[in-house]
Amino acid sequence: MTELVAEAHRRHWPTVLASTVRLTRDIDLAEECTQEAFVQALTAWPAGVPDVPVAWLTTVARNQALTALRRGATLRRRLPDLVVDLDEQPESTDPLRLIFTCCHPAIAIPSQVSLTLRLVVGLSTAEVASSLLISETTAAARITRAKRKIAAASIPFALPPSDRLGERLEAVLTVINLLYATGHTARGAELWRRERTARALSLGRMLAGLLPDEPEVLGLLATMVLAEARGEGRLGADGELLLLAEQDRNLWNAGLTRIGLDIAARSLELGAARPGGIDRFAIQAAIAGLHATASSWATTDWPQIAIMYDALLDRWPSPVIALNRAAARSLVPGADLSAVLRDELAPLRTDPQMADYTYLPATTADVLRRLGRLPEAAVEYERALTLTQSEAERRFLRRRLAETSRRRPALDPTALPSSSAGADRYGAGP
Amino acid sequence: MATYMFLLFDDESWWDDLNDESWQAAMVEHQAFSAAVEAAGARILGGEALQRSTTATVVRRGAGDVPPVVTDGPFIETKEALGGYYIIEADDLDQALTLAAGCPAGTIEVRPVLDTGGDTSS
Repeated sequence: MTELVAEAHRRHWPTVLASTVRLTRDIDLAEECTQEAFVQALTAWPAGVPDVPVAWLTTVARNQALTALRRGATLRRRLPDLVVDLDEQPESTDPLRLIFTCCHPAIAIPSQVSLTLRLVVGLSTAEVASSLLISETTAAARITRAKRKIAAASIPFALPPSDRLGERLEAVLTVINLLYATGHTARGAELWRRERTARALSLGRMLAGLLPDEPEVLGLLATMVLAEARGEGRLGADGELLLLAEQDRNLWNAGLTRIGLDIAARSLELGAARPGGIDRFAIQAAIAGLHATASSWATTDWPQIAIMYDALLDRWPSPVIALNRAAARSLVPGADLSAVLRDELAPLRTDPQMADYTYLPATTADVLRRLGRLPEAAVEYERALTLTQSEAERRFLRRRLAETSRRRPALDPTALPSSSAGADRYGAGP
Repeated sequence: MATYMFLLFDDESWWDDLNDESWQAAMVEHQAFSAAVEAAGARILGGEALQRSTTATVVRRGAGDVPPVVTDGPFIETKEALGGYYIIEADDLDQALTLAAGCPAGTIEVRPVLDTGGDTSS
């Protein structure tokens, strides 16, 4: 029974919370009432699990909220609002309201992200901290600060007016993208967190339903759909996660791929018509589309992908994107690998943001290996091994390291590069 | 309903070029703002224009028996100085921000007013 309630918690917590926030407008109170509903489920459900658990949970949480509101002195002042709220039934777009509220421009950006992961996704503070690579104290502080700002400044629980939607979107897209990425990428021996990627996808679809002509919304959705299309190919025989370069593309879902490509095409078309031209999520979708239409790693249109990364780097200057571009350039047939090493990879080593980033030594190792500089390649593979947090990567890197020690120096331009992991992750954002 | 102070910050060169015409123009802008607030269903509860920052005097309180130090103001020298304020009652922050976008000033800080009456526990 505890497992059933825990499962309901994973699936329904944000929906129940959002519906309760609609009533209370006070996030802390809504969180308490929502939590209480799940606690009550533990004692009530053994007698009979409700047909529609989310409805049961929402009703209990809202009743808790009404009781608390009646008891509080806030009732007198809130009475006019309360009359309206009682008539308001939970709406299916409540989770989306919650995310726009969490991403309000009046809230500091780092706090927006932490708060959304906490309230909309239902991550614990510790999980928020590890997703964002910050300390738990920092995550907690950001979440508290954001909630206080919402309460003190009376930030409304509402969708932005239509003339504001576009500008409010950037933060929302960043958060959904991050949500997808944290669910999609393997950490340790964890299989990919499908409830998280599923939630990101449903938020993305909801957003696309509201904003069907926003190129960036469609770009993000396309990227996620194309990543989902690869789903069956991601798992190996033993259930371990495979890198993009290793996957059997026949297992990819052709139907989903087609849908993803259609959305990507629409995103690019709409984006090109905008004053600023196509922007980063549309470009990411285009890159994902190039991977999706390639029949193999080797026959992928690397020159075109490299050009896409030029455009992306232009709009989103980031060492991770610069690295992905270097990897793509190194995979172009006939590439000048020494130049890539010297002009693109070496400068990144001095970037402090890159100090713990696995893909830099992994990519460097691969280029060195293909240049026949095996002892140096081995050093880089070892460095990559100390940094990786993924079992899939660890296996791959160990294999490469073993091959490097065994073989005589020889050029091997068609071999699988370890940067595949970077490109795969890139499908869901850096 | 929530109450906010709009703190209006502006470049003070306006004061150097002040004449009947520029003064009238400013009044028209503020009247338009007032009309916009009313049309939105919000209320202006108060507000004043302030004289320029060179007219200010600062009193700095010391600890214990140390007498306060009085100096020529303003408190902080900034490129844009505080030139006035409004107290606005609005539905929520979004409405306040929409109104602030139409408020005649270079930069506006929108600060929620602390409710000192009744229950402050939430």
